[in-house]
Amino acid sequence: MKSEYDILVIGGGPGGALAAKTAVESGLTACIIEKRPAIGAPVRCAEGIGEDLISEFFDEVDPKWISAKIERAKIIAPDGSSFYLDPAMAGNEVGYVLDRKFFDRDLVWQAVDAGAECYVRARAVDAIVEDGYVKGAVIEYGGERYEVRAKVVIAADGVESKFSRYCGIDTTVPLRELETCAQYLMTNIDIEPGVTVFYVGRDVAPEGYIWIFPKGERSANVGIGISGTQSKDGKRAKDYLDKYVAENFPEGKVIELIIGGVSVCEPLECTVANGLVVVGDAARLSDPITGGGIYNAMYSGKLAAEVAAECIENNDWSRDALMEYDEIWRESRMGKALQRNYQIKEIFVKLDDEQLNAILNSVNNLAMKEFSTLTLIKELMRLNPKVLKDLKGLKKYFE
Amino acid sequence: MIVIRREICGYCGACVSVCPEAALELVDAYLEIDTEKCKNCRICVRVCPLGALGVSDEE
Repeated sequence: MKSEYDILVIGGGPGGALAAKTAVESGLTACIIEKRPAIGAPVRCAEGIGEDLISEFFDEVDPKWISAKIERAKIIAPDGSSFYLDPAMAGNEVGYVLDRKFFDRDLVWQAVDAGAECYVRARAVDAIVEDGYVKGAVIEYGGERYEVRAKVVIAADGVESKFSRYCGIDTTVPLRELETCAQYLMTNIDIEPGVTVFYVGRDVAPEGYIWIFPKGERSANVGIGISGTQSKDGKRAKDYLDKYVAENFPEGKVIELIIGGVSVCEPLECTVANGLVVVGDAARLSDPITGGGIYNAMYSGKLAAEVAAECIENNDWSRDALMEYDEIWRESRMGKALQRNYQIKEIFVKLDDEQLNAILNSVNNLAMKEFSTLTLIKELMRLNPKVLKDLKGLKKYFE
Repeated sequence: MIVIRREICGYCGACVSVCPEAALELVDAYLEIDTEKCKNCRICVRVCPLGALGVSDEE
């Protein structure tokens, strides 16, 4: 480990890997610090990503990254009624269920292949802050502590991000806006291959949902996320999941238990500081409705490195110069979707099961030429003016 | 006082992200708690999906 790099990346997930790769491809030196013993393990993710979204970063999707290709999504209302979203309608809800053990490792491998360095079991235990600038990190590695300096540090340390806090940015997720999640990788279960399934309802998953993401003909990620405020002794995410699995997949075999937290809050108020850029889940960029964050991490990681490279070339990596990153992502398709979906999420978490039934049942009557969150909400407002009067607050996003 | 049942902790980070005092941290494959910083608010106990965090019997 050298004592100085142009870019120091804290975290070896998809956001950190894309940041490091982009940095070295811009002619900079970069190093990834990952506290876990291995890249991509343990993974804390349902592993879904839209086909068009992943294609934005890769000319070809490596077959070994893909556990299953998803053609349709099925939504199940609290009363048990269901409907399918076909590919033409489902947009980002169809695509791939990844195998992130391979995917994450390959992304870091690509970054290292391009010239970045990577250290696992290396933990940032403090930030080096001098003259109001983040100038690196104190790294614990192999029982020793090292001061590693960099012109720009990219914090890509996920939902449990601590590095930004070391730098004075509060990244705490409000309790009610943390989805506490548990997931089983299961086999020997009857599923519809190629179909992702989502159950909503206060009884099955209060202020969250249950998901089934196929990973083969008879195996799937079966998981649940519930609001932090709803979690309590005897009613934790895993308790709800166990109940669901016992009722629906009694013959199923659990291969792996995966747990984690997903933020469904608004992004950080500001995602840069002097010498610091915060990306992905660390910046609270996961989607407030779905909890999906792989694309957002990759997009923001890549953008962070592009802006940092430009700033380094101009010899100015102050907060003002790095603000270009903050401004670009907020104005991007991703930024606008995050803003809109947060408002929608805030309304949907207040709906009771009766209201959810009314809304979801009315979807069967929809005849939309083009499906998207936007068109769905517009149609639902039209069909359920009484139930969805709260959604009128969202009108500004549709005009 | 918050106690961690290390044999159950799954290294997920949910508690770390909600701790208002930044008192929790994932170190290697385990969760550590800084008892100096911890204000015993128990938010972490609530969000742990496995029930790995609890309150000591001393209280």
